[in-house]
Amino acid sequence: MDLRDSPDEAAFRARLREWLAANAPAHWDQPGAERLEGAERLAFLREWSARLYAAGFVGLTWPSEYGGYDAPLSHHLIFLEEMGRSGAPEHVTPIGLGMAGPTILSHGTEAQKARYLRPILTGEEIWCQGFSEPEAGSDLASLRTRAELDGDHYVVTGQKVWSSFTHEADFCILLARSDPAAPRHSGLTYLIVPMRAPGVEVRPLRQITGDAEFNEIFLDGVRVPVENVIGRPGEGWNVAITTLMYERANLAVMLTVRLEIALSRLVDLARTTRRRGRRAADDPLVRDRIAELWTVLQALRFTNYRALSTLMSTGMPGPEGSIVKLVWADANQRLTKLALEIEGPSAMLSGGEHAVQDGLWQRLQLRSRGNSIEGGTSEILRQIVAERILALPRSR
Amino acid sequence: MDLSETAEESMLREQAREFLRARYPIQRVASIADGAGFDRHAWQEVAALGWAGISAPEDAGGAGLGFVEECVLGEELGRALFPGPFLTTVVLTLPALTGAPDLVKEVVAGETVATLAWLGPSGEPGATRFPIGAGLAQDRPGLYGSAWFVPDLALADLAVVAAEGPAGPGLWAVRLDQDTISRQDLPTVDTTRRLGALFLEGALGRALAQGSDAERLLEHLRDRALAFLAAEAVGVASRALEMAVEHARTREQFGRPIGAFQAVSQSLADAYAEIESARSLVRWAAASVAARAPESARAAAAAKALASEAAVRTCERSIQVHGGIGFTWEHPLHRYYKRAQWIQAFLGWPAELRARIAASLLDGPGDENERV
Repeated sequence: MDLRDSPDEAAFRARLREWLAANAPAHWDQPGAERLEGAERLAFLREWSARLYAAGFVGLTWPSEYGGYDAPLSHHLIFLEEMGRSGAPEHVTPIGLGMAGPTILSHGTEAQKARYLRPILTGEEIWCQGFSEPEAGSDLASLRTRAELDGDHYVVTGQKVWSSFTHEADFCILLARSDPAAPRHSGLTYLIVPMRAPGVEVRPLRQITGDAEFNEIFLDGVRVPVENVIGRPGEGWNVAITTLMYERANLAVMLTVRLEIALSRLVDLARTTRRRGRRAADDPLVRDRIAELWTVLQALRFTNYRALSTLMSTGMPGPEGSIVKLVWADANQRLTKLALEIEGPSAMLSGGEHAVQDGLWQRLQLRSRGNSIEGGTSEILRQIVAERILALPRSR
Repeated sequence: MDLSETAEESMLREQAREFLRARYPIQRVASIADGAGFDRHAWQEVAALGWAGISAPEDAGGAGLGFVEECVLGEELGRALFPGPFLTTVVLTLPALTGAPDLVKEVVAGETVATLAWLGPSGEPGATRFPIGAGLAQDRPGLYGSAWFVPDLALADLAVVAAEGPAGPGLWAVRLDQDTISRQDLPTVDTTRRLGALFLEGALGRALAQGSDAERLLEHLRDRALAFLAAEAVGVASRALEMAVEHARTREQFGRPIGAFQAVSQSLADAYAEIESARSLVRWAAASVAARAPESARAAAAAKALASEAAVRTCERSIQVHGGIGFTWEHPLHRYYKRAQWIQAFLGWPAELRARIAASLLDGPGDENERV
């Protein structure tokens, strides 16, 4: 066991840190800082992504024939950690990089790899995801969006929900039912849907924070060429499992780094807030809860390292990785609620000059309620642990 | 960065599990616990496996491994509720004897069982003030006073005693067969790991470390014990979860195995998540303490806090899943529960350990963000 970076890892980390220090915009999305919006923001993020890629930090583990850098997985892990810690803007298409790209690499045709992979890395093309539906949440395999074969096209009709980056997206990885007669897991086909095609309509979905991070996608007779099928028709379920596996692996590290940032903000808040004549950081109950959150954060960090160590030595991630999202969701919900409690009555203020940090914690706390729902509800995640890892009898 | 178990660690784990399954099945542990306690002479057999000297240098007859391997053993010893003096003789004492090679040799050979006496009647580890004094009384030089909550005291031949001397704190090696020494058993809830009180009336000891050396050594021993107990707790919890899963798969009510009810399965999934979180912290703490890294105090405190809570809660979930049978004396579950509680209470309850972590996060100078 070795907790330290190998010399090669340490050199990569140092190069990345140096590059970010010299190139990342200061105060990106910090509370109180000026925030780019709309087309201006998008243009900036595209340009930023292209520079990140040219500097050798995007597509690290992808093969060089498709524009990647053939680097070991540990470099990608270091990239996720350092990006999170530096506060630098994210790459413009996280769904392209973390979900669509790896899925095309695993299941795509040679033509698909040649066509789609490089523009993901450079940030020229943006991707979104169309899995969930109003009537298919945890029970994804019950989805109803239809894909009917008509000559050399599929005609797609239906509705998708909880899709992010949808307005800007050029393509959507979409799961649709191509064979209604087949058993429910066998009749699904995985498609690349061009978002500018006729019949695609996107409507923002306003969430409890007031923001509209997600969208609904309405598909009405959208014609998708058959060469846009990833994997074989009718085998979309297995392709989707690949996508979700990559989502989870990337997410585990990104979420842990975000929790680390949130905890250091919480520590600042507790040190600088005065309540009843003393620092909030001197209240024994606050102290106990901060130390407990710190302990859970360290557990998540080292659980990720364990799972990735197993992945690097055996090619399969260790089962312990499956707890990260479950434990993280609970920790982030507790953390953001504690911040509101530290704020005291200011917790009621949503923004403005009298609010603490312009209402940052209020938004983060409300947003955190989605954490135990999105990307697998906590109940589903527990049941996966119970049935697949503990081998308890199936509950349904 | 690589946290996976090495081939040597896996071999050691398998050897330990095999030996403990053969020699210390839970029925035997139960009869030891309900009887006179661990047989002092049985320690020889364990030492013969090389465990007493696992991290002692090879020229002292040891195996030359390290603290990470001690923690691998710790998990297995916890799983088995091993009732012998590994925690005391190896984890808490051996590193204090480095300056006394003859004593190291006795311990490594399994001839001597040793323990650490440093807690007062409150049971809290003092940073500098110890309950025992070293000096003159009635014109006779020696060690005077009492130490409490001394684990495995009834079995021990030797105690490393922390005492206040004229020149500050120090550690002494004290043979326990002196007539200036008496011991008292303190009845414990967990009878697989018993405690005693030690009374010294002018006992003679060999000086091992003095002043700040002694303080640093004690901090190191404390961190070793915290990380090791965390590893034990992971072992206890893993076994209690396995028992709950076995029961939930086979016990039928309302026409199906109770594990098919989500109220049962989700509770056990939460236990798994807590245990794996604790296991990750144990790996970190073990490697940090082994390297005597700056973060070892926090890592060990975090590991013991989370792992002991995970063990207690897992045992509670397991008792609940077992229903009535889990509440009987006959069923072994209560023994795991009591060991988990012992681990939770020794060297700081979780909230006390978190207070130490909080101080490091919140009381430092300036507003630099903590990031380790």
